[in-house]
Amino acid sequence: MSDVRNEWPLWEIFVRAKSGLDHKHCGSLHAPDAKMAVQLAREVYTRRQEGTSVWVVKSSDITASDPSDKGELFDPMEDKVYRHPTFYQLPDSVNHM
Amino acid sequence: MYTQAMDLAPKEERKALRSAEEAALEARFEARIDDGDFIEAKDWMPEHYRKTLVRQISQHAHSEIVGMLPEGNWISRAPTLKRKAILLAKVQDEGGHGLYLYAAAETLGTSRDQMLEALHNGKAKYSSIFNYPTLTWADIGTIGWLVDGAAIMNQVPLTRCSYAPYARAMVRICREESFHQRQGYDSLLVMMREGTVAQREMVQDAVNRWWWPSLMMFGPPDKDSVHGAQGMRWGIKRISNDDLRQKFIDATAEQAKVLGVTLPDPLLKWNEERGHYDFGPIDWDEFWRVVGGHGPCNKERLAARVKAWEDGQWVRDAALAHARKQATKEQAA
Amino acid sequence: MQPASSLRSIAPEGASPGRRDPGVEASVRHGTAESIRLNLTPPVRYVLRLADTALIHAQRLGEWCGHGPVIEEDIALTNMALDYVGQARALLTHAARLEGQGFDEDQLAFLRDEGQFLNLTLAEQPMRKASAHSPGGDFADTMLRNFLLAAWFQLFWQKLAGSSDAELAAIAGKALKEARYHLRHAGDWVVRLGDGTDESARRLGSALERAWPYTNEMFARDAVDAEAEASGLGPARDSLAADWQREVAAVFAEAGLSLPPPTPFVSTGTLGRHSEHMGFILAEMQSLQRMYPGGRW
Repeated sequence: MSDVRNEWPLWEIFVRAKSGLDHKHCGSLHAPDAKMAVQLAREVYTRRQEGTSVWVVKSSDITASDPSDKGELFDPMEDKVYRHPTFYQLPDSVNHM
Repeated sequence: MYTQAMDLAPKEERKALRSAEEAALEARFEARIDDGDFIEAKDWMPEHYRKTLVRQISQHAHSEIVGMLPEGNWISRAPTLKRKAILLAKVQDEGGHGLYLYAAAETLGTSRDQMLEALHNGKAKYSSIFNYPTLTWADIGTIGWLVDGAAIMNQVPLTRCSYAPYARAMVRICREESFHQRQGYDSLLVMMREGTVAQREMVQDAVNRWWWPSLMMFGPPDKDSVHGAQGMRWGIKRISNDDLRQKFIDATAEQAKVLGVTLPDPLLKWNEERGHYDFGPIDWDEFWRVVGGHGPCNKERLAARVKAWEDGQWVRDAALAHARKQATKEQAA
Repeated sequence: MQPASSLRSIAPEGASPGRRDPGVEASVRHGTAESIRLNLTPPVRYVLRLADTALIHAQRLGEWCGHGPVIEEDIALTNMALDYVGQARALLTHAARLEGQGFDEDQLAFLRDEGQFLNLTLAEQPMRKASAHSPGGDFADTMLRNFLLAAWFQLFWQKLAGSSDAELAAIAGKALKEARYHLRHAGDWVVRLGDGTDESARRLGSALERAWPYTNEMFARDAVDAEAEASGLGPARDSLAADWQREVAAVFAEAGLSLPPPTPFVSTGTLGRHSEHMGFILAEMQSLQRMYPGGRW
């Protein structure tokens, strides 16, 4: 049974293709720490092209505000980028949901 | 790109709507779809929509990852350094595509490990074309020509899928695919035009083995498919299987003439009236056998993926342990 | 779907029927893909030691494609393999030019016999696949070797930027950027494995025991080295030892590893005498060209 606590954390990747442009969100990847997230982002999303700048942010660290159709339903992930099983670490005693 | 298995999913039970509130949300959702709006990760969506997408996107991702194996077999035996580099790049792209797709699926509330677990325990499917063996170097070029060709046809409509993270992943994937099919065809063209008799025979043999399975990539005939009209409206089910298959045959039959190979269908013939190629019957028994787990390589493919995952557990654990130790050190500092 | 006409317009690369190709002619004449025999002068040997090490290391790295511990690292390892294939191609082409019989990179890679390959024996050692003849290696072997080789190559490329051979200097300039990247990535992994879990530390320690005896060859000195040094072609291997040890010791310290004691064994791949693994590597790598003499790919 996969335990989400043993997964490498998820990172959102932002790439600036060349100077003068903005960083653009291009997707996500899994990495154990920020240093490797940056290296892997270069491998995966830029195929190591020179001159590109890469920002990595842990997905769970992003605070989001999306205009969305939530209605009145309470959404515990309201300020997260999306719903992901690892964004909320519940106490161990109840973490097997 | 390998979305053929989607039609084979069991029909989802539509749960009764719980409240007038949800009915209103659903109506608003459908109106957005009708307007051609994109749905983003945090938008309200029907549970059926979310579940269908998780299954389709993750199975698409699994297909890319498993698809690395039949071609990866020939990296060490590529006949020139240039072909070795091209094949390494192609197989690597497929890994990258799997990654983009897992990332898109993760926006819908599942995690990579959960999806991989479903693949490894046999619950999730992947495109059955990869359950065939790559027996010669010509298989590599033929896969590029036929299998990637069929996949491209399936993929382009998905760039307009209503779920934006999936559509964006597909745009990125289609952009990178452009060289795969051309390189495969180019490799066959060189062997047919300049190669030895033995090489030409190798190409013809590969085409004989991959032609019919490629046609099966478009899924069962429309009359036998589980097509949700709902899925079509949502842009996450493909255009008709039969239409895509016909389009593929029409294009490929012409390309085969240029190559100088014979497609292994004695009934393949241009029909002036229809404006399309007529073709012979597909052996759907074979298709269901392979989809059901009884093809030439099903067990090996899954075993290879499971082994890679299990053998890599200590590596992933070590990286995580190191990261946690570093984080603790930084906090203490 | 691309229209058939656009695919028809692909011109296959290398399609020049009039080109004279001594290797192909020889193989067609003999009806079998006979080995070519290079005239191994010292400068040719010097370049082949680098070229063949890059080639065989790339061949091993390619084994990971589709089998990595995580997709992201699969992609990273394959990028590394591609870098080394690129370096091998440039260096083999240059070696062939220096050698003067008119061979090309593929003839050198696919039609030389084992005795004419001059790679470090370290590059031949198993990295992943087990076989009937060998228990295979693991990710620790792989990353440790990536690190040790990247450190070695980086020092070579730095010094070769000043080579009297302009082409070699140009190749070195491009390869240096890649080596720096490989060194950082592999070095980070060595630290992660050394200072990760008990199991990863144990595996890294075992990998180091296996690899260490093969590192002596990296800094051996012979007439080929001496002549390169004298002519300005490039540095002698032994001149790089101190810098390499320093670089390696620093990362090992972070990883909780100590430099093993020196051993008397010196491998001889750079002299054309290899380990048992080389025969299997070449049998696989060269199989198609041998099976289809005169073939076009």
